[in-house]
Amino acid sequence: MADDNLEWHAVTKASELEEQEPEHARIGDTLICVVKLEDGIFAINDVCSHEFAQLSEGFVDGEEIECPLHQATFNLKTGEATAPPADDPVETYPVKIEGDQVYVGFKKQA
Amino acid sequence: MADATSNQTFLVVGGGQAGGRAVEGIRKAGFDGTVILLGEEERAPYERPPLSKQVLTGEAEPDSARLRDEGWYQAQGIDLRLATRVGRIDRERKRVVLEDGQALAYDRLLLATGAQPKVPDLPGVELTGVHVLRDMADSLALREAMRAGARVALVGGGYIGLEVAAAARKLGCETTVLEAAPSLMRRQVASELGDWYARLHRDHGADVRTGAEVARLLGHDRVEGVELTDGSRIDADLVVIGVGIRPNVELALQAGLEAGDGIEVDDQGRTSDPDIFAAGDVTRQPNPYVDGKVRLESWQNAQNQALVAGQAMAGAGDVRHADLPWFWSDQHGINLQMVGMPTGQPRHVWRGDPAAGPGFTLFYLDEAGRLIGANAVDRPADIAAARRMIERGVNPDPDKLADPEVSMKKLLKGQG
Repeated sequence: MADDNLEWHAVTKASELEEQEPEHARIGDTLICVVKLEDGIFAINDVCSHEFAQLSEGFVDGEEIECPLHQATFNLKTGEATAPPADDPVETYPVKIEGDQVYVGFKKQA
Repeated sequence: MADATSNQTFLVVGGGQAGGRAVEGIRKAGFDGTVILLGEEERAPYERPPLSKQVLTGEAEPDSARLRDEGWYQAQGIDLRLATRVGRIDRERKRVVLEDGQALAYDRLLLATGAQPKVPDLPGVELTGVHVLRDMADSLALREAMRAGARVALVGGGYIGLEVAAAARKLGCETTVLEAAPSLMRRQVASELGDWYARLHRDHGADVRTGAEVARLLGHDRVEGVELTDGSRIDADLVVIGVGIRPNVELALQAGLEAGDGIEVDDQGRTSDPDIFAAGDVTRQPNPYVDGKVRLESWQNAQNQALVAGQAMAGAGDVRHADLPWFWSDQHGINLQMVGMPTGQPRHVWRGDPAAGPGFTLFYLDEAGRLIGANAVDRPADIAAARRMIERGVNPDPDKLADPEVSMKKLLKGQG
């Protein structure tokens, strides 16, 4: 995805992220979950695809985040649902870091 | 047992969450023969948790509890037959006979017949206005009856009684909780936590009485009240009985399967007949975190054990159900999660201050210092970490566990 199709939104400072500790952010009406893993920082939609719950209140284990309500899990890199009761993936967003600032990319509205 | 083939028929009896998850497991394991799901109710499989919460208060509609939409059954090639009651199982001829006399042949059968509310043998239980809560019809009937100002008495201070009590207060009912034991949720949590919940319900306007043994229900046609063994009386327009469930083992017993307090199964859901499986609330199964076998009455079990049983039925050899038991209850907007089933005299470690309100966890450690259970009140992330500690046999330092400043993740990794 070319950068010029994206709007970048500052969400947090890289130095404030602890590995495997999810943080939440809001861009407009969209809730975002940001997680630093061993090999980078990843952003997914914060709302579980099964029932309303914020994934950023859940537990990160390896590359997966577990929903705090019903233990559905999602891959933080692909958004794929990896354990029931969730079937549908959550959206993933591109992340870029400039200096210490972490940005999450949204597709520009046509 | 030969491998399942595409000209075979798998029959699932029971259209609850477990029946729905079992057919999913069957397809997931690659079985492409005929799958028939027989449900007694007119509704396709649904999950029960909302029945004592959002459906009861009217915040959610019945369809929101559906496990799958109708298109799913079609897409999966599941022959869903609702409003269908099974009369008996003929194991010799490998068929089930419906109550209308129709016979259905099976190659493999799965029983997900669930459970039903226990109704104590009390004078007056047959009166109009006495309710139980198990299925959607029960929830809708209670929702209709719980009008603002109605006086509601709950017999039983477990999850069901307390969730209904919270819903009743929300709807503006006068609410009394009657629990025979000295504390609430006696089977699930330590008495100190039960007492915390008693205060929570009192703060929301309910009259909570523990050590309250019901002698009889009063009234002529309609229930008018409850009389306790100490002679005291509580006026009530509605009485809701929530004193536990008993498994529906009648079909299994009639068929000569090993069953008593549940249908006996192995960790793949197989009964004493290798062509018959069972899933969900009705099963009694081994569990690595419990001494002996256990019947688990939970959403988790109805999902995960049923998925395993369905897959095993379809020939998957590598699946087994060994989940650490996990439960939850939502009362007055507060989320309680519980892992493990601690027994004996475990040591209690509190993380966070219950007196300061929700946002604390009670941990249970055995004599060897191993974590064996946890109850988290609005602290779900503690449960996720505690679950992994229990699964991995971690002995956390009790002082660090008690300190909310020490990360659970570090304690899990032994770095606390």
